[in-house]
Amino acid sequence: MNEKVMQVPDERGHFGPYGGRFVPETLMAPLEELERAFREAQQDPEFHRELKELLETYAGRPTPLYEARRLGAELGGARIFLKREDLLHTGAHKINNCLGQILLARRMGKRRIIAETGAGQHGVATATVCALFGMECVVYMGEEDMRRQRLNVFRMRLLGAKVVPVRTGSRTLKDAVSEAMRDWVTNVETTHYLLGSALGAHPYPLMVREFHRVTGEEARRQVLERTGRLPDAVIACVGGGSNAIGIFSAFIPDERVALIGVEAGGRSLAPGEHAARFAGGAPGVLQGAYSYLLQNGDGQVLLTHSVSAGLDYALVGPEHAWLHDQGRAEYVSASDREALEAARRLARTEGIIPALESAHAVAEAIRRAPAAKGQIFLVNLSGRGDKDTDIYRENFPELDQNDGIE
Amino acid sequence: MESSERIARRFEAARAEGRPALIVYLTAGDPCPERTPSLALALERGGADILELGVPFSDPIADGPVIQQASDRALKAGTTVERVLEIAAEIRRRSEIPIVLFSYLNPLLRYGFDRLCGDARTAGVDGVLVTDLSVEEAEEPAESLRRHGLDRIFLAAPTSTDRRLDLVARYSSGFVYVVSRTGVTGARDTVNRAVEDLVRRLRARTPLPLAVGFGISRREHVEEVGRYADGAVVGSAVMRVVDESADGVLEERLEGLCRELSGKR
Repeated sequence: MNEKVMQVPDERGHFGPYGGRFVPETLMAPLEELERAFREAQQDPEFHRELKELLETYAGRPTPLYEARRLGAELGGARIFLKREDLLHTGAHKINNCLGQILLARRMGKRRIIAETGAGQHGVATATVCALFGMECVVYMGEEDMRRQRLNVFRMRLLGAKVVPVRTGSRTLKDAVSEAMRDWVTNVETTHYLLGSALGAHPYPLMVREFHRVTGEEARRQVLERTGRLPDAVIACVGGGSNAIGIFSAFIPDERVALIGVEAGGRSLAPGEHAARFAGGAPGVLQGAYSYLLQNGDGQVLLTHSVSAGLDYALVGPEHAWLHDQGRAEYVSASDREALEAARRLARTEGIIPALESAHAVAEAIRRAPAAKGQIFLVNLSGRGDKDTDIYRENFPELDQNDGIE
Repeated sequence: MESSERIARRFEAARAEGRPALIVYLTAGDPCPERTPSLALALERGGADILELGVPFSDPIADGPVIQQASDRALKAGTTVERVLEIAAEIRRRSEIPIVLFSYLNPLLRYGFDRLCGDARTAGVDGVLVTDLSVEEAEEPAESLRRHGLDRIFLAAPTSTDRRLDLVARYSSGFVYVVSRTGVTGARDTVNRAVEDLVRRLRARTPLPLAVGFGISRREHVEEVGRYADGAVVGSAVMRVVDESADGVLEERLEGLCRELSGKR
């Protein structure tokens, strides 16, 4: 194993050439403060005890490892195991990171929490932990995403959060991050920015990975218990890349285990039609980090598209860029259509409706499984599909006939 | 290569006249690239001492709505980094006003940072300020800037710790841009008093001129800042005029704004 892959990031947040801290000076000291708080918490047994208790008694950890036998039998190849992060409280893996960061915010004496959200899952998880800890919560969300994810907007409001529509740029996740950063730079004394993915300036990519590492550690143990060996491949969807880095992190030292990240292939791989950064991007800086970025020849960030709001983002988390360049992980993409079909197939064979984001990972498992007889696939089912019901309805109109009932 | 010294000389001249230097920000390419040189010259006629030429970026995280919208208009008008350098060269053919390129990092990285420095110097640019480039990440870019004789302008903020101010002082040349308050760019009714303390902390660390920006939009702000700093930076107030003025009177309005800000008769 390449030692360099094992020991990232360095003390300045660099994953090889990627990551770092590219923000206006006003945010540098707050990032230093956050890093210090995070490192102190990492050394504090009481912090770990409290986080573990919350994860177990509030969020619902450990999550089950479930073998999708009917799906596996239909495909006639690899055995497919699903890590059921969709069964966590609030419906996705996002709660792991939110619980960790809200404890840090409390340590730092911050009483106001801001967050960005794409699909709304991180927004809901943030609103949830703010309610739990009695903190003020403001969530920035692109107007286009608010339209696509109305149910989650309502859930956040029901939980007491303020949802602020973002009307700049493509009105999606990237623009929500920019607005959240503008809020943070303004209210930095009182406010913690609870960033929801393995993105942004150091220490966020490190910190978010560490709070999601629990997924990979549990899954590794569970696969070993159930099958007596490690999986051949670990498959996860990659937007910013938090659920993927969480499950990958436990397997990075296991060289024989293939790590496969699935990006949003959108409508096509033409510019503006997808969010497959490794297919169409080049290294660049956006919102605090250096990584693969969808940009034009003049360094302007391109618009992205995905049927899944949570994958619709122009930059990939910096550790994924590093794993990619080192050849430790492989990155592929699944199209909107492939993800939708994978979701329907999982629903009908296993009785599990996945989030559209997670459906991208399922699609890749479906694609590979027939040629992988005797292999074991571990798929991170990072979220459940309730929030996507409207989009599934739009895309499967044949299922939405009311038989004349008004 | 030696620095052009244009920035240093302009601060000295203002100091000799007992007034703060007026530093004016203009987004290159708004409303269109062809117009920017003429707007820059109007600012100079009105009393601008130094021009900050903004490179438009799609995701300007440090900017408020006025400059965000100016960037959008400039990009829609087809402004590229290459075009901004042509604009700088055109201004330089017609004026000796010091020019500072004001940019986010990504467009410069994409152009090639070292190549950018060489081409900027050739175009007559005197210094570069990269909003999202902190001193920690600046070793290599700062070396490119130095090698090409460009002044390296960094931000100091109200949140900056003493350790960070030491770094800012060590890396900077030309002047230090002192951010008056936490937040994004944009006009305000008053200048944050706490900035005076930040200026004092920097004075103890560097002999460089200190220019205060963020929230400065009126003559009284410039006068107030002039009591403790060497320059005042005005940005959003300028871009608001660009946005709101009829095309035919743009130069006249910008010159008028700078006359008012500089107190020049």
